[in-house]
Amino acid sequence: MTAAVSGAMADRRQVNRLGLLVGLGGITMLFAAFTSAYIVRSGGADWVALELPPILWLNTVLIALSSGTLEAARRAFRAGRLASFRSWSAATAALGTGFLAGQYAGWLQLNEAGVFLQSHPKSSFFFVLTGVHGVHLVAGVIALLALFGLAATGRLVPGRSDAPALTAIYWHFTGGLWLYLLAVLSLLG
Amino acid sequence: MAHAKESFISKYIFSFDHKMIGKQYFTLAMIMGFIGGILAVLIRLQLGFPSQPWPFLENLFPVGMASGIMTPEFYVSLFTMHGTIMVFFLLSLLPVSGFGNFLIPLQIGARDMAFPFLNMLSFWTVVPGAIIIIISFFVEGGAAASGWTAYPPLSAIRSAIPGSGAGQTLWLVGMIFFVASFTMGGLNFVVTILNLRTKGLRLMRMPLTTWAQFVVGILGLLSFPALAAGAILLTFDRSLGTSFFLPAGIFIGDTLMPHEGGTPLLWQHLFWFLGHPEVYIIMLPAMGFTSDVLATFCRRPIFGYRSMVYAIMAIGTLSFLVWGHHMFVSGMSPFLGSLFVVTTLAIAIPSAVKAFNWLFTIAKAKIRFTTAALFALAVVSLFVTGGLTGIFLGTNATDIQLHDTYFVVGHFHFIMAGAGLFGAFAAVYFWYPKMFGRKLNERIGKIHFWITFVAYYAVFFPMHYLGVAGMMRRIYDPNVYEYLQPLQPVNLFITISAFVLFAGQLLFLWNYFVSMRRGETATGNPWDAAGLEWSTPAKPGHGNWEGDIPEVHRWPYDYSRPDRKRDFVGQWES
Repeated sequence: MTAAVSGAMADRRQVNRLGLLVGLGGITMLFAAFTSAYIVRSGGADWVALELPPILWLNTVLIALSSGTLEAARRAFRAGRLASFRSWSAATAALGTGFLAGQYAGWLQLNEAGVFLQSHPKSSFFFVLTGVHGVHLVAGVIALLALFGLAATGRLVPGRSDAPALTAIYWHFTGGLWLYLLAVLSLLG
Repeated sequence: MAHAKESFISKYIFSFDHKMIGKQYFTLAMIMGFIGGILAVLIRLQLGFPSQPWPFLENLFPVGMASGIMTPEFYVSLFTMHGTIMVFFLLSLLPVSGFGNFLIPLQIGARDMAFPFLNMLSFWTVVPGAIIIIISFFVEGGAAASGWTAYPPLSAIRSAIPGSGAGQTLWLVGMIFFVASFTMGGLNFVVTILNLRTKGLRLMRMPLTTWAQFVVGILGLLSFPALAAGAILLTFDRSLGTSFFLPAGIFIGDTLMPHEGGTPLLWQHLFWFLGHPEVYIIMLPAMGFTSDVLATFCRRPIFGYRSMVYAIMAIGTLSFLVWGHHMFVSGMSPFLGSLFVVTTLAIAIPSAVKAFNWLFTIAKAKIRFTTAALFALAVVSLFVTGGLTGIFLGTNATDIQLHDTYFVVGHFHFIMAGAGLFGAFAAVYFWYPKMFGRKLNERIGKIHFWITFVAYYAVFFPMHYLGVAGMMRRIYDPNVYEYLQPLQPVNLFITISAFVLFAGQLLFLWNYFVSMRRGETATGNPWDAAGLEWSTPAKPGHGNWEGDIPEVHRWPYDYSRPDRKRDFVGQWES
């Protein structure tokens, strides 16, 4: 794209932010659709309760912490402290990966207890919801690693790049989404 | 504007230029539409001449038309894929992705879309989807055969019918590509329109086409995820043994399926939560094109601009509250059904606002009967015909009688397919000069119009009678029922009309491709139109305007002002 093409555009920051928010609206609708399917299906005669694997609570702590570390990373970036930004974003990616590993462990715990994807409707929803949420979190981890790489090679300039702030919004969103899903899975049906 | 020399690949294949991407969508949609049209011709061949042998067709479809006679399985695949291709890959891709991408930056005074890379990506995401949909005809068992609505259990049990196997799997994969692409596109539309409007272009000065695309972007973003969720659950049911949509007690042959407890109605809810907004994703752009084209060729300001905008918003909002009217016979509570009747009939209000505003725009105008104007007028006609038949289907008391009959087929081919298609044609004839710097041939265009218009009514109007007489939708051979046999001449008439309709479109394709090189050269504003897009050069380069982007001083419908000598004032003129 030529300079003249991009130069005439409005404030990129505002454009990117709106783009992200609109995209999050789409993801919200995806999970809203899943939720409505969950509620409808939970009225079925074959619906049985599912004891959630206890490791989920540890995972929840990890993802809550990760929002805190990412917030620290974002602030460090805004203040121009790149080294600190790198460590905090690496910590966030590690916590996120820990969360994903924990979710996988949760699946295994269920399997050991004899509960599989196709065992009953609630277990089906459990695997689908955690799986689709996990895919969204993987995207967040990839974004964090990309940020880390850019910062390490000096291509992320405080005051110019909006990417850390955007990643933070996305990350907090996926964290909030997990809390929501946990509430649905433990309170509804 | 000086711009860097582009290679063939960066200019024509992986282009970031919204206009090229729009044309790419256009080309893809036309190819898909052509294929969808051939499928329609084959469907009509069977209904006009039930189970007659056509030996030469065996060479083309050795399985589906073995010994030249169409098999019922092939017929079911044909109407499933006709619907899928036409609804998603023609009527959504062409007006929304094609014209939306091409026109939005030109109409709002932007150099490009907000996210050009995402735009390119969204096109190259839908291409594999289209290819997968087409190749699904050639897998064992043939293409998907559960209708374009993919209702379980046909769509959920692989062994249900031949098309439920690999064909249905590919249908789902193709649709997931489509949904991903369309969602990216919608995101781009919304952000571009909200953020990149040129100076002076307040929202209430936007052309109605852009207003429609804006609301369509929102509708797509909010409704397609529901289909994505449904498709994910359906895939799990098909492949991983879950029972989201599958109840207990389903036998395939003598085999009892292991599923239990699921409900096929859940799929219907998820599907129609997308499906009804999808109707307006197709309709709203056509309404926008019609408004812009009618104002230009009537040389009059569009009547009731504000009410037009509010009507677009109202239709968009209501489209999320009416999905149940597709499910009146599903056994839903009559009370719930009545609520859906109320919301459905409420759509008549903004729809009537639009129809009357068009009529007031046309009234007493000295219309310039260009091909574009004729197609736009036809949209009004089809919209009224289709809208009135919609009242019978939107009311549960009458729908229970008419559901799944040819009355429905006639209805939606008028309102959604017809208005959508004719709107797209109006847009092509109108904006073609901006796309290629030349005009389409008007003489061929008018012949194309009259063939299309007359044949369209000849095909779809009699279907209402067939439906009232009890001919069911999706039937392979109506003559198996004695009471439908007297209707065979009507079916034959429809079939012959359909062949004429299809042949008329070949005329359009010829015009489209020949005019690209040989058409009359157009100026930047060949129609003396007032919209901002007409202030660009005849064939704008990447970046759209040479020099600065013009400031906007007025709305796009300033025609025949008594205080001006010339009969239009461009948005860019102070």
